[in-house]
Formats: sequence, C-alpha cells, structure tokens
Amino acid sequence: MNLFQATWQWLTDPAHWQGIDGIPTRLVEQIHLSIESVAIGAVIALPIGIVLGHYGRFGNLAINISNVGRAVPSFAILVIAFQVFGLGDVPIILALTALAVPPMVTNSYVALREVDPDVKDAARGMGYRELAQLLRVELPLAVPLIMAGVRTSAVQVVATATLAALIAGGGLGRYIVDGLARSDNPRTLAGALLVAALALATELLLAGLQRALVPRGIRLLKTPAANRASTFKTA
Amino acid sequence: MPKGLFLDVVDPWINWDWLSTHIPYVLAAVQEHVTLTIVAVALGLAISLPLGILAHRWGRLRLLILTVFGVFYTIPSIALFALLIPYTGLSGTTAEIPLIGYNVLVLVRNVLVGLDSVSPDVLDAADGMGYRPFARMIRIELPLALPAIFAGLRVATVSTIGIVTITAVIGLGGLGQLILRGLIESFHSPLVVATVLCILLAFFADLLIAGAQRFAVPWARPS
Repeated sequence: MNLFQATWQWLTDPAHWQGIDGIPTRLVEQIHLSIESVAIGAVIALPIGIVLGHYGRFGNLAINISNVGRAVPSFAILVIAFQVFGLGDVPIILALTALAVPPMVTNSYVALREVDPDVKDAARGMGYRELAQLLRVELPLAVPLIMAGVRTSAVQVVATATLAALIAGGGLGRYIVDGLARSDNPRTLAGALLVAALALATELLLAGLQRALVPRGIRLLKTPAANRASTFKTA
Repeated sequence: MPKGLFLDVVDPWINWDWLSTHIPYVLAAVQEHVTLTIVAVALGLAISLPLGILAHRWGRLRLLILTVFGVFYTIPSIALFALLIPYTGLSGTTAEIPLIGYNVLVLVRNVLVGLDSVSPDVLDAADGMGYRPFARMIRIELPLALPAIFAGLRVATVSTIGIVTITAVIGLGGLGQLILRGLIESFHSPLVVATVLCILLAFFADLLIAGAQRFAVPWARPS
C-alpha cells in the first residue's frame, strides 16, 4: 500500500471522524481559536487604524507596525505566551491576537488615507460634520482595503493556529505534530492536507465576504496598496 | 540541561551564565538561520526575475503564475514541510522549497509592479534609440523596476527570517532550534535570546537591503 492510499484510508476511516481527537473536533477547535483571535484583534486594530488614517497622524507607526509584525517570529510569540500563561486557550489566543493586529492597523490606516481629498472636501461642502463624514463617506470608500486587511490577518491567524499544537494546544496541527512525533506518515500527511484545505477555504471565503461588503459602484482599483498589505506571512 | 535543576529556583528570563557558556552554540544557530534565509531569498529572486519578465510579457502567464504561487503562499509552512517529508526527508531541501515558493510570490508581484510602472514614453524613447527587446529589458526596464524589486526583497527577507524558525519542527530552524529547546525544557534563556536575535537579524537585514538599494538606485529613496 503506498502512502497516498494509506493517507486516503486514514482520512476516510470513520474512527478519525469522531471523538476528542476526531477531525470535526480539531477543525472546530482551530476555527474557534482563529475567530476569537481575529475578532479581538479587529476590535483593537480597526479603530486605531481608522482614527489614525482619518486624522493622518502617526503614519510611520501605522505602516511600520506591519514590518515589526513580520520581524517577530510567530513561533517565538506562541512559546513565550505558553511560558508566561501556561496551558490552555488563553496564551494561544493572546499570541494569535498579537499577530492579527498589525496588518489590520496598517490596512485600515492606508484605506482611510487613500480616500480622495476632493471627496472629503465635497462632503464638507455638503455640510457633513466630521463624524458623519467619517462614517458615511470615508468608511464606505475605505471598506475594500480594510477588508483586505481583515482577510490577510484571518488567513495568517488560521495558518498560525496550526502551530498551537506545538504548545500542546488543539487544532488540526495536532495531526501534523503527533504524526511527526510518532513517524506516522499517513497521519502527518492527512493533517497537512486538512490544514492546507482550511487555509485555502478561509482565503476564498473572506475574498467572497470582501466582495459582498464592498458598496456597489466601488471597485478595488489601487492594487499596489492592496498588494503591500496582503504580503504578510507568519507561518 | 535537566529540568529538575530549575524547579526550586525562579528561572530568570535571561540567565547570563548560560549565555556566556553557550556563545558558540548560539552563533552556530545564527549561522544556520542566516544560511537558510540567504538560500531562500537568493533562489527566490533567481526564479522570480525570469518568471516576472515572462509574466510581464504574456498576460495569460501572469494570471497563472500569480494564482499558482498565491495558492502556495496561502498554505501554512508546517503543512508544506509535512507534505514534503516523505519525498525529501528531514533535510534542507524540505525546508527550502516552501520558503523559496513564498518568496517567489512576493518577488514576482514586485517585479511586475516595477515593470508595469515603467512609463510608455521611456519605452518609446528606448525603441527609437534602437534597443532590441532583450537589451531594452536588461538595460532600461529592469533598472527602472529596481525600487519595487528592492521593496519586495525587504519584505521577503524579513518574512523568511521569521518563518525559518518553524523549520525547527523538521530538525533545522537555526534560532528556531533554541526556541524549541526553550519550549521543551521550559528554560527561558534560549527562547529569549533567539527571539531577540531574530528581531535584530530582521532589522539589520532590512537596513542592509535598504542600504544596497540606496547604492544601486540612487535616484529613488527607500521608503
């Protein structure tokens, strides 16, 4: 029996689809960790990026936080959080939240900065107060880039959540880490395929969400900015 | 270092005695880290330049290349290592293939941004001066694309330095090996030393490439 068949057999074995170490449990664990981390990260990052972008202040900080986020190894953050807070979901969520924040700050800052100054002038001329202008004119125009940041963060958080298995956490990474430790190749490969599929599904799902949330009539034209923000990889 | 030794004392974040006696060990890890990074970035660049030029020429190829490497980029490194192990074992090859692939996406994108930004007037002038397509690419278009390529190199290098730590799970890792050791032995010093060195390494690599850009492209300031 070759490796492909063995991996396929592992994946289709009903025993691997139930119980505490079953694929559904592990999948839910990883999604759960990821959603919480991205949500907490968004609550922290988006207001900061939006306010900084609206006022055009601390631009260097908002841009450079992504460079710092790239430079700090995600593996190290996870292990440090584990050493400080011990076992459980808390250290994992803290570490993943720290990774989720930088791309969202940078993207929402850039998104607000790239709103055409003429449009803001026009809004002022039409009598919008500052808050109404931000909420009803600038934010809708900034949605594509803000969502690009959320998507980048989410994909990276889902990917990095795989590493939680290294600090005794759950998630699909368990199969890879356990498989490697036991030299159980079918388990390792099945885990790798599941992790890859989850990462790609996240990317596709959020790309769809991004498209759905962009107000009609606005298209993401400024691809260079979108590119800069979406090259963020931590795992 | 047996863990029991530290059970009755508080483990400081950095144990200077440990560090002073382990300098060669740390330096060897830094060396492995730098080697893994340089190979990944250099080979990534070597693949991206021709690929980027081809993609710039043929629109259909552009979509294909960006899609294929975009999918690759989305897959977590640990999954790719796991997929490669049955074929290339616990080796440098297993570590480098994913790292190179990630860098190819970052760099091809930036090569394309750079080549796309060359003004049509400049291309017209080059044609008028009698440049053939190949010479025009090498002597006019690529130099003008350099600022974008350097920007990509900086992102690729800094990201690679971070991701190299994960190769510790396949027995490499450079400084990642120290992080893993800190984890397994619940011993803070190697963990802290490796984290600080990783960040410093990324910072200096970024400075170095920005400096090289200033030298190679004096007309465009690094951002």
